[in-house]
Amino acid sequence: MSSDELAQHISRQFNDELEEVRSDLLAMGGMVEKQVADAVSSLVNADSAQALEVLTTEKKINKMELAIDEECIRVIALRQPAASDLRLLVVATKANIDLERMGDEASKIAKMAIKLSEGGVLPKGYIEVRHIGVHVCTMLHDALDAFARFDADLALQVIHEDRSVDMEYESAMRQLVIFMMEDPRYITRVLNVLWSLRALERIGDHARNIAEHVIYLVKGRDVRHQSLDEL
Amino acid sequence: MTLNISTLNISDPNIPDLHIPVPIRKSPQLPSNFSAEEICMETKDFNLFYGEKQALNNVNMSIAKKKVTAFIGPSGCGKSTLLRSFNRMNDLVDSCHTRGQILFDNTNIFHRGVDVTDLRRRVGMVFQKPNPFPKTIYENVAYGLRIQGIRKKRIIDERVEWALRGAALWDEVKDRLHDNALGMSGGQQQRLVIARTIAVEPEVLLLDEPCSALDPISTLKVEELINDLKERYTIVIVTHNMQQAARVSDYTAFMYLGDMVEYSDTDTIFTNPGKKQTEDYITGRYG
Repeated sequence: MSSDELAQHISRQFNDELEEVRSDLLAMGGMVEKQVADAVSSLVNADSAQALEVLTTEKKINKMELAIDEECIRVIALRQPAASDLRLLVVATKANIDLERMGDEASKIAKMAIKLSEGGVLPKGYIEVRHIGVHVCTMLHDALDAFARFDADLALQVIHEDRSVDMEYESAMRQLVIFMMEDPRYITRVLNVLWSLRALERIGDHARNIAEHVIYLVKGRDVRHQSLDEL
Repeated sequence: MTLNISTLNISDPNIPDLHIPVPIRKSPQLPSNFSAEEICMETKDFNLFYGEKQALNNVNMSIAKKKVTAFIGPSGCGKSTLLRSFNRMNDLVDSCHTRGQILFDNTNIFHRGVDVTDLRRRVGMVFQKPNPFPKTIYENVAYGLRIQGIRKKRIIDERVEWALRGAALWDEVKDRLHDNALGMSGGQQQRLVIARTIAVEPEVLLLDEPCSALDPISTLKVEELINDLKERYTIVIVTHNMQQAARVSDYTAFMYLGDMVEYSDTDTIFTNPGKKQTEDYITGRYG
């Protein structure tokens, strides 16, 4: 399946409907991508205004989720799609959920950013947040790119990347735990950083999910719950 | 009492086992892996010509016993021709000749010694338009039995009731068995024709677009009937309605211009077909 094939139905209306689902999902993906980047930046720069903006945009993402779901259900009911068209719609509804969850996680980071900004800058953990944040944003960008271009190879790369994000998260956690043991005065603040890191790690998992959906869309193979070796 | 997780013995009989079954969907046998016992009919390098024009090109396929096999494809692709070959209905077309074999019970049905009337009793057929005889409902179903030489009224009565029940029609017609069949609705007529076909206890049922002239409710009734009938019979169905093929069949064959393009289990054909031509057809693309 390739992206050109979307526009080859005998019914032009069906072409338009599928294209609409696809472009809406990509638009939502773009919004979520910006949300994650903004959330990370608001935390690292202690910018509570930016964090508040992230929280407001989250509501827009929720509305988009509902709209995309409704459109998918409508097309399924009216067109009874099969094969790649069916896979596209099923993948769209699933990726839709993942994107919305990513939006939720970004909001969590924004909330932590507001809390952290109140007590001055904490030197520990921010480098890790920035580093993992960039990594996760790239993963999300690539997963959406893979969806836009029906690129299974790029999707597979995203799945591999998730493993390194997990490792980076674990190592950051160990460092921060040691820091808390050394200086218990910072426990509350470091825990907030840890929650943010956890949220970023979850965003990475959702990006991986989208990449797995893309492989199902392109190859028709369900690769969920498989180890990297099996892939 | 505190439970120590590290020493917890999972196989401890005191711990209730929840026995939650994991639903595992058994994927159906692929047509290429059918064993000899599973095959009901088999075509071998089967070609069919209407005069000079070749309608079927080297068709090789096996029809599984007690399963529903659907043929889909655009008009003129040869699916009805192939279906009609299974009980030699094409013999009635003057210019038609064939090459290759169709095996039924390990016998080539085109062999000179084959009794065509007996073949058509064993391989029954239902057509697109309901075609009941202009007789009573009862006589329509009893007709085939009488031709078989059954004379005893008691046996015929039993078989008529059995066939009408089998075709999910008994409750609707039991009080008017001696009314003219032409007074029934289209959906009822089609089920009557199916009852007439199963009354003579065939082994295979060939259905040539059985629902194309029916309304959605009658269509669902016939589909439900097909689902019940596959317990006893091998069913081959030609349909233009792809959703119908997806709903009722276990296996689907896609044909195009006389070629068997793809033949696989229905789930595969409708979710992830192997050939682009199949994909283009079922998703409504111009290939």
